[in-house]
Formats: sequence, C-alpha cells, structure tokens
Amino acid sequence: MALQLEQVSKRFGDFTAVDQLSLTVEEGTMYGFLGANGAGKTTTFRMILGLLNTTAGSIHWNGQKISYATSPLIGYLPEERGLYPKMKVLEQLVFLGQLRGMNKTAAKNAALQWLERFEVPHYTNKKVEELSKGNQQKIQVIASLMHDPKLLILDEPFSGLDPVNVEMLKRAIIDFRNSGATILFSSHRMDHVEELCEQLSIIHHGQQLVSGNLRDVKRSFGKQNVRIRADFPLEELDTIAGVITAHHSLEGAVFQVEEESTANALLQAALLKGPIRHFEIEEPSLQDIFIAKVGEEHA
Amino acid sequence: MREFWIIFKQSFVTKAKTKSFFITTLIMVAGIFLFANLPSLISSVSKLIGDGEEDKVLVLDDSGVLLERLQQQLKLSDEEIAVESANETKEQLEKQVEEEKIDGFIELNLDASQTIQATYTSASSVDQYLPSSLQDALQSIQTEVKAEQLSLSGEEVATLFTPIHFEKKNISASAKSEEELNQARVLVYVLMFVIYFAVIIYSSMIATEVATEKSSRVMEILISSVSPVKHMFAKVLGIGSLGIVQILVYGLAGLIAYKVSSIGEENDFSAFFSLENLQVSTLVYAVVFFLLGYFLYATLAALLGSLVSRTEDVQQMIMPMSLLVVAAFIIAATGLGNPEMGYIKIASFVPFFAPLVMFLRVGMLDLPLWEPLLSIGIMVVTIALLGWFGAKVYRGGVLMYGPSRSLKDLKKAIQLGKE
Repeated sequence: MALQLEQVSKRFGDFTAVDQLSLTVEEGTMYGFLGANGAGKTTTFRMILGLLNTTAGSIHWNGQKISYATSPLIGYLPEERGLYPKMKVLEQLVFLGQLRGMNKTAAKNAALQWLERFEVPHYTNKKVEELSKGNQQKIQVIASLMHDPKLLILDEPFSGLDPVNVEMLKRAIIDFRNSGATILFSSHRMDHVEELCEQLSIIHHGQQLVSGNLRDVKRSFGKQNVRIRADFPLEELDTIAGVITAHHSLEGAVFQVEEESTANALLQAALLKGPIRHFEIEEPSLQDIFIAKVGEEHA
Repeated sequence: MREFWIIFKQSFVTKAKTKSFFITTLIMVAGIFLFANLPSLISSVSKLIGDGEEDKVLVLDDSGVLLERLQQQLKLSDEEIAVESANETKEQLEKQVEEEKIDGFIELNLDASQTIQATYTSASSVDQYLPSSLQDALQSIQTEVKAEQLSLSGEEVATLFTPIHFEKKNISASAKSEEELNQARVLVYVLMFVIYFAVIIYSSMIATEVATEKSSRVMEILISSVSPVKHMFAKVLGIGSLGIVQILVYGLAGLIAYKVSSIGEENDFSAFFSLENLQVSTLVYAVVFFLLGYFLYATLAALLGSLVSRTEDVQQMIMPMSLLVVAAFIIAATGLGNPEMGYIKIASFVPFFAPLVMFLRVGMLDLPLWEPLLSIGIMVVTIALLGWFGAKVYRGGVLMYGPSRSLKDLKKAIQLGKE
C-alpha cells in the first residue's frame, strides 16, 4: 500500500509552509524526510494525517484519502512528545490502543509485549511523570506501534534516545518494514537516514530540494570526497584546479572534487611531497549533500 | 461513537480516581454532615464546657425597688441572666471590671419623673447581647411603672401593644402563599448556589483538562485518532457526568444528614430547610436549568481551554466567563427579594444569565409556561451554536501553540481550523 503525495502545497495566509511537494513511499519501504527546523516537515505530516487540509495537491494512501476511518491502520509519533503525566503507563497504552481500534484485552497484551521488548516491563504500573525523558519516549514509541499499523509516520523518532535504545527502535522499525508496512520518517540525523532509507527527500523552507533514491541522489550530487592521510601538511594542494573545498586535520585532509581527474592530480601532487599513508575516493555523505543544499547555517 | 465513549470513560475514570477528587468529595460530605448537625453539636459542646452558665451582673440599685422587678422580669422572659445586688461601692466595682474579675455592673435609678436611669459599665462594648437584654427588661419595667402611675390595668396596657392584623392575600389561584414563597426562596437560594458553584468549578476543570492535554502534547496523538469535535464533546460530557455524580453524592449526603439531624428534637436547621411544601416542578426546573447552564458554560470553557497552550494561562483565559457567571449570580441574588423587577425579567432570557435568573423566577413566581420554555429554548439554541462555534475553534485551537492568552486568538484558531 503506497503513500502518494502529488504536488502538495500548504499556505497559511501569505506564508508558504510546503510548496509543491511530491513523493511516493512504496509498501515495505522506508522514506527519509530531511529538513532543517521549520522546513515544513511537521506540516506535511499533519496534512498526511488529515489534521490540516492541503491548499493544493492530493494525498492518497493505497488510492484512498486518509481519514479517521483509516486511523487504526496508522501509527503516528509526533515530534512534540506527550502523554498524560498522571496516568499509569499501562492504562495509558490501553487507552491509546483502544483509540486506534484495538479492544481492551488486545491492547493490554500488545502493551505488555512491547514493554517487555523495549526492556521496560517494570514501568508498567508507574505514572508517566515518574519516568525519565528517554523512557517516556519509549512509551510513546510503543503507543505509535502497538496496534500494528500499516502506515507509520514518525517525526524525529530517534531524538532523545541513547545509542542502545536507538538500535532497539531501529530493529523494531526494520521489522515493521519487513512485514510490509509503509514508513515515512523525518530526522536531523543523516546517518540514520543513510542507514535505513531507500528513498529520501530534503526540503527547505517548504521547497523540495532533493528527492529520490539514495544512490541516485548521491550520484547526481556530482561531487566526491578525496581523503588523503600523510605525515606532512597538505595545505598546498588546496590550489589544485578542480578542488571545491578542503578540510584539514592533524591526520591529513579531505578535498571535495567534482571530477575524478582532479583526484588523480591530488594524488600525484601529494606523492611529489613525500610518502602518503592513505588515499581514498569516497561517495559524498548525506551530510555533505544536505549542507551543500540547505546551506551551512542549518547544518 | 466508539472513540467518543473511550474518551468519555477515560476523562471520567481518570479524574474520578485521583486522590484530590476523592479527598474533596470526602471533605464536602463531612462538611455537610457537620453543618446539618451544627445546632445539636453546639448545644452538646456548650453543655460539655459549661458555656451555658448564666451571665452574672452586679446591680447598684439606688431606687431600692428596681432590682426585684428586674429579677422577676428576667425570669419571665427566660433570659439566662442573674442579677445580684452588689455589696461593693461603685469605685470598687469599677476596679474589679478593670481587673476583669467581673464582666460588668449596672447602676439603676429612678429620676423625679419616675423614669429609669441605667448605666451599664463593662470593660468593653463587645458584648451587645447582654446590655440589650437588660435594656429590654428595663423598658418593660418602665412601661409597667408608668402604667401604674397612670393607673392603667394590665389589660389596658396590653391593648396598647396589640399587633395589628395584617394579611397578604393573593388573587391569582396558583400564586404562591407567603409561606410557600419563603420556602421557595430558601430552596431557590440553595439551588442557585449549587448551580453557581457547579458551573464555576466544573467548567474551569474542563478548561484545565483541555489545556493540560495541549500542554502535555498528548493532544496531537488524540486528534490523530479521533476528530477534535468528538474529543471536545466527549470531554465536556465526561467531566460533566463526573460533576453530576459528585453533586448527587453531596445531595444524598445532604438528605441523609437532614434526616439524621431532624430525628429527635426539631431544630432551627430542619425548620429552615423544611421540604414539606417543595413543589415537584421546582425541582424539575432546578435539574433542567442546572444541566443547561452547566453545558452552556462547559462548552464555552472547552472552547477557551483549547486556545491556551499552558495550564498557567487557563485562569486568565476563562476570566471573562467566570465574570459572566458571577454577574448572573448577582442579578439572581438581587432578584430574590423582588423577582418581579424588569431587569430580572430581561436577564432571564439572556442565555448566560438564564440558568440562574429564570430558575429564580420560575421558582418564585407564577409564570405562564411559555416563559420558562422560551428561556430553555434560547439556551438550547445557544448551546448548539456554541458547540458548533466551539468545534470550529477547537479544531484549530488544539494545533495552535505559542503565547496565546487573549480572545484575539479565536480568529487565529478558526482560521487554522479551516486549513
């Protein structure tokens, strides 16, 4: 069941929050949605969920519009995390599960299973306000996954979690993907998107700057990194024609180049100065692409 | 409908299970029992600590005849005041009063025209009851003395003080008698208080609940699974039912306390709250106006609560609404003495005042049926309008965050709701 956004725009008065956004998330895939703060990610998610109407364009999931009738099939993790602070963890999960169409017993069983899986069964009867922020986060993640949704919309799912828990959550999301769910998530963390997503979009001020398959995005970026490690300074190489930027460190330098011939020139120039320890032509990282597209100030 | 009941149940049960709710209910019930049994409690307590002792007043009687008459007079009027002749001089007595050995003393004298001259001396004038009882007694003695002077018989004196016969008669067949009116007044007053407090307490509870859901950001999850409109009405009805349950508990406690306290001797309390002449229609109107007033303000409160993003701002936001309730109460309270005044009649058709004011009129006056019905109709329409309007505001309001604490945000919320 694919999620399709076609030429979706959202304007609040004169302000354009999202401008002609198109994307398709196929069933059983994960789609990464990248953007700086205020880029329009949350607005897009709210439109997908039907909390906001689109100004233009259409959103379909499996050929249908998303409405409250389909809400049992959707899992949503809002960026602004929130639960009832005074309610106990299990009661809360059962309540939220019921709202997503589960019956009481099923909700309770699912909640207990997920608490076990996320290694927090001892919080079952604690009030949410007594939990640490990271653990509250886990409860909220459970609330968005427990009803076994077919469409997962996760707004910054990994923020605020420690590395161990990030791995735990990644596993859970990958399991959902493998069982055929359609997943759309946003993140600031390029490495997570690089690791998990087949497809991605970068949006900035509502504009879709980059979109498509991860490999294609990297290829079409047209720039590569040349990493050289040596025991002598490499500053002189900055002036070689074709070098766009250079970052120097104690161990060596990374040069951004547009063509492979420049890489060769760099290698020859470095060898002339002395023996080098390491030479590599790297694909651009998503981080590079993001920074180049969105601009240094938002990195 | 399923989601509606889940939220309804959640807001009802979660709130009912809180310690604060339980304790408040308990304290109120205890208070009701205490209040109902206050007269008997006071009398048993005063028996225990011996506060029922007679007040003792020393008398310096220069006339020689007044002391005895005063004693008789006080005995006649059942006053618990003992008067005794003082053995000390005036100066000694004054000193004793200053040293607080005695409460006070009274000097009695007859002047040339046989008029009683009395001076009561005490450390302070805090106690008003004792001197005024003495004054009353002396006044009666004065009358007797004068009557003797004029050689009037006791009966002749009595005729002078015969009260006139003054009766109020109502021509209208269904008009309420004076006695009924007094009882209606008490009942209306009590129920007005109940409606007033219920509206103030529970509507602010609803506004706070909605604001809490927003500030804890659980709202976004809720409205992604259930429409904001459904959520709003489930919330209003959930807390609403909780309030009604709480009031029923109070009512039941009140009734039991009333029954318990009126066992045995008849006391002031049970006489005051005599329910014998209670008209069923008054009670029905009380329930109807309570529910209407309650939901009118509850809807308004939910609407206002959806506009703020922090619970701290709730009170400020619902202030105009609270003032409306207070205004309604003041109008109704001023109308208790004379419910037929023009502005009372007008106010009874204004939806925000009607729950209290129309109830006052219908409870105390003999109104044609169309008047309360029209008022009820106006309120129902207003509630529907507020519900419709509230739903619009709510849809946007719940998604709106930021420093919103004024009614200007209404427009913004409606705009966002349309988006």
